[in-house]
Amino acid sequence: MSFISYSFLLFAAILLVIYYSIPARGQWLLLLGASYCFYAQSGIENLVFILLTTASTYIAARLIYRAQAACDRKTAKRRSRIWLWLCLGIHFGLLALCKVRFTFQNVLLPMGISFYMFQSMGYVLDVYRGSIHPERNPFKLALFVSYFPQLVQGPISKYQELAPQLLGQRCYNGKQVSFGLQRMLWGYFKKLVIADRIAVAVLALKGPEHTGLAFLVLSCFYAIQIYGDFTGGIDIAIGLSEALGITLPENFVRPFFSKNIAEYWRRWHITLGRWMKEYVFYSVSVSAPMRRLSKSARKKWPKFGKRLPVYAATFATWFCTGIWHGITPNFLLWGMLNGLVIVISEELTPLYQKFHSRFPWKSKPWYGALEMLRMFLLMNLIRIVDLFPNVGECFRRLGTVFTPASVPFLELGLGVVDYGILICGCAVMLCVSILQEKKGSVRQLLWQRAGLRYAVVLGLLLAVLLMGSYGIGYDAGNFIYNQF
Amino acid sequence: MKKVKFAVALGAAFIVLILLQMLLVPKYMLHSQEGALIGEYYDNAGSNDVIFIGDCEVYENFSPITLWEKYGITSYIRGSAQQTIWQSYYLLEETLRYETPKVVVFNVLSMKYDTPESTGSQSRREAYNRMTLDTMRWSSSKWNAIRASMTQEEKEKEALLTYIFPILRYHDRWSRLTREDLTYWFGRDTVSHNGYLMQAGIKPFQAAFQEPPLADYSFGENSWNYLEKMRCLCEKRGVQLVLIKAPSLSPVWWEQWDAQIEEYAKQHNLLYINMLDHQREIGLDWTTDTYDAGLHLNVYGAEKASAWLGKLLADKCHVPDRRDDETLAAAWSEKAARYYEQKRRLENEKN
Repeated sequence: MSFISYSFLLFAAILLVIYYSIPARGQWLLLLGASYCFYAQSGIENLVFILLTTASTYIAARLIYRAQAACDRKTAKRRSRIWLWLCLGIHFGLLALCKVRFTFQNVLLPMGISFYMFQSMGYVLDVYRGSIHPERNPFKLALFVSYFPQLVQGPISKYQELAPQLLGQRCYNGKQVSFGLQRMLWGYFKKLVIADRIAVAVLALKGPEHTGLAFLVLSCFYAIQIYGDFTGGIDIAIGLSEALGITLPENFVRPFFSKNIAEYWRRWHITLGRWMKEYVFYSVSVSAPMRRLSKSARKKWPKFGKRLPVYAATFATWFCTGIWHGITPNFLLWGMLNGLVIVISEELTPLYQKFHSRFPWKSKPWYGALEMLRMFLLMNLIRIVDLFPNVGECFRRLGTVFTPASVPFLELGLGVVDYGILICGCAVMLCVSILQEKKGSVRQLLWQRAGLRYAVVLGLLLAVLLMGSYGIGYDAGNFIYNQF
Repeated sequence: MKKVKFAVALGAAFIVLILLQMLLVPKYMLHSQEGALIGEYYDNAGSNDVIFIGDCEVYENFSPITLWEKYGITSYIRGSAQQTIWQSYYLLEETLRYETPKVVVFNVLSMKYDTPESTGSQSRREAYNRMTLDTMRWSSSKWNAIRASMTQEEKEKEALLTYIFPILRYHDRWSRLTREDLTYWFGRDTVSHNGYLMQAGIKPFQAAFQEPPLADYSFGENSWNYLEKMRCLCEKRGVQLVLIKAPSLSPVWWEQWDAQIEEYAKQHNLLYINMLDHQREIGLDWTTDTYDAGLHLNVYGAEKASAWLGKLLADKCHVPDRRDDETLAAAWSEKAARYYEQKRRLENEKN
């Protein structure tokens, strides 16, 4: 069941009504049932994967916890480590197998497998580290793994932030439900009006005949598409969850306002970044081999040697992030490019500082805008690797960027009206982002002005309804991140 | 106060959506008038002795006005563009809720389509579905007709809901609105003459249509099922079912198809008339009686075909002559005046 299907809207509406009508102590069971119904819609066979993940996560967490309770500390550590690695091996092995079959045999990935597996493994690692106690009730854990709004494309939540909410009891709160529905509507606007419309042009521009400037246009169009698509999907997920009284972590905080790559990755796909940082970056940087490397490097290069483990961990993290997206060379390259830019930026920090002390422009608004533009273009170039599984082809196109070639905008499957809608839609997104950046929640601002709020909501509803790329005659597909 | 504001906003949103839906749905008044035919029936239901059911071969080949004027037969054509047999069945089912005619005349050409996909491209089928189903009034018949008619793409895109809320289907028509949409935003004209869509142009038939022979001439199971359902429904309601093949030269009506229908009619004691076999008796002249080189008849051909069929309906099916009924005579006189006025207008335009 896709978020952009009528059946999903009906499903969500019925769920909300029942959710707030039944005794609060039964709400979590309803959510569990609804999550499994939702998941079963993607194919009954997919239930096997999620059930397997839930069962093995539950058992592994319990075994790790029991092993840690052993009297002998050394034995406890050894045993719990064995269970941990066994659990990680099974899950990541299964995930890798699914990705291999997806890449080489075109077998569809079980819906959301990367997301719920990472969430489950985060839980097991937290139990291993002693940050949380394992859940005793397997059904409650099953709800944490399968909670449907975040099942298909995240955000990836931590057990300690999500479980208490899922298992708590909620009363109807008009403002909260209204805020949730408004956020869903905003998500549909981004997905259906912008992302799915521009997707047509992105697909056309991928054609081999489009080189030169068209490649740059493609990178910008793809940036808009993926932003609208991914953030739209996340808004729908977070919005529905908010309407159910459950707050999910934010996954995006206006990433195109970033002035450097580190900031960008603190604003884009935040929960995956957090997962990678907590469970890959930290683990790698404090691992025994890394400590040895650091020690020997410091002997040779005292200053650089200190930073070397951090850089190595950065590359390891980005390698994993790349693999998470796909096991094809383009995703690995994408990951390594991100790591490389982060490391280069870090190494160039003294140079930047010198530059800024010589030219004190950093506080000037125009310089800030320039930095954002620079970051936007740089990330577009890195991101475009996503689009071409054939890395050689991607570089060949990149090599033509400065050759003269016109962009046939009206031959990309979009008409003048479509471009008009896109320009207006992007302008609305930009205005909302600026408002959020400066004044915080737009919904909160509108809450005090009922008339304006109703007008904005009706306007948004009409925009989605009339300008959305949905229904017969549109090829708009599912969310891009559903394929992970 | 808050609740009142919310209720007002909700009401306003509802009104806006209704107005938008009325604006965005195709009107079928000036172009593709076939789309308006099904909805025009409801103002004329209740007093018809003959109901025609079928595709363009009924709504362009038979004129109820001629049937009335020559034999006093009251009739209505429930035809629509490329109407499939399952749509015909549900339209018949719906019609029998409004009235019980003496005779139902079903044109058998649609037996050749066994599934929505077999009628051609999905987008074309969907457009035809819309023209037939959008203006049908809500009932279990409409619901079932929609479910039976949806193409694979429509099923995948959960289009059932778009038949309930057509704005979801026509949401993007705002950029293609024409003067027609504004003129007929709040009301429609009547485009047909008891379901007959008049054409006065002439395009003579020139050469026989060449269609490649088929691998299998057997009608599909689904088509037979619906024909059987149609027969049972008529039998149950005491209505005589007459099967016809209207006089159109294309698409080809294969002998093998004809034989199957003949066999079925014989088996169930039904009257089956292949009007292609009676072209000379009807008096059809393919140089003057068709507007599209033999696919459909123009008004001159339709009047000839109706005159011939009317005699048969009166003689063999004993459909009564109602011309003595003053109320009916007055109503049909008005219809005839409109009919001749349009005929004159079309002839003038042609000249």
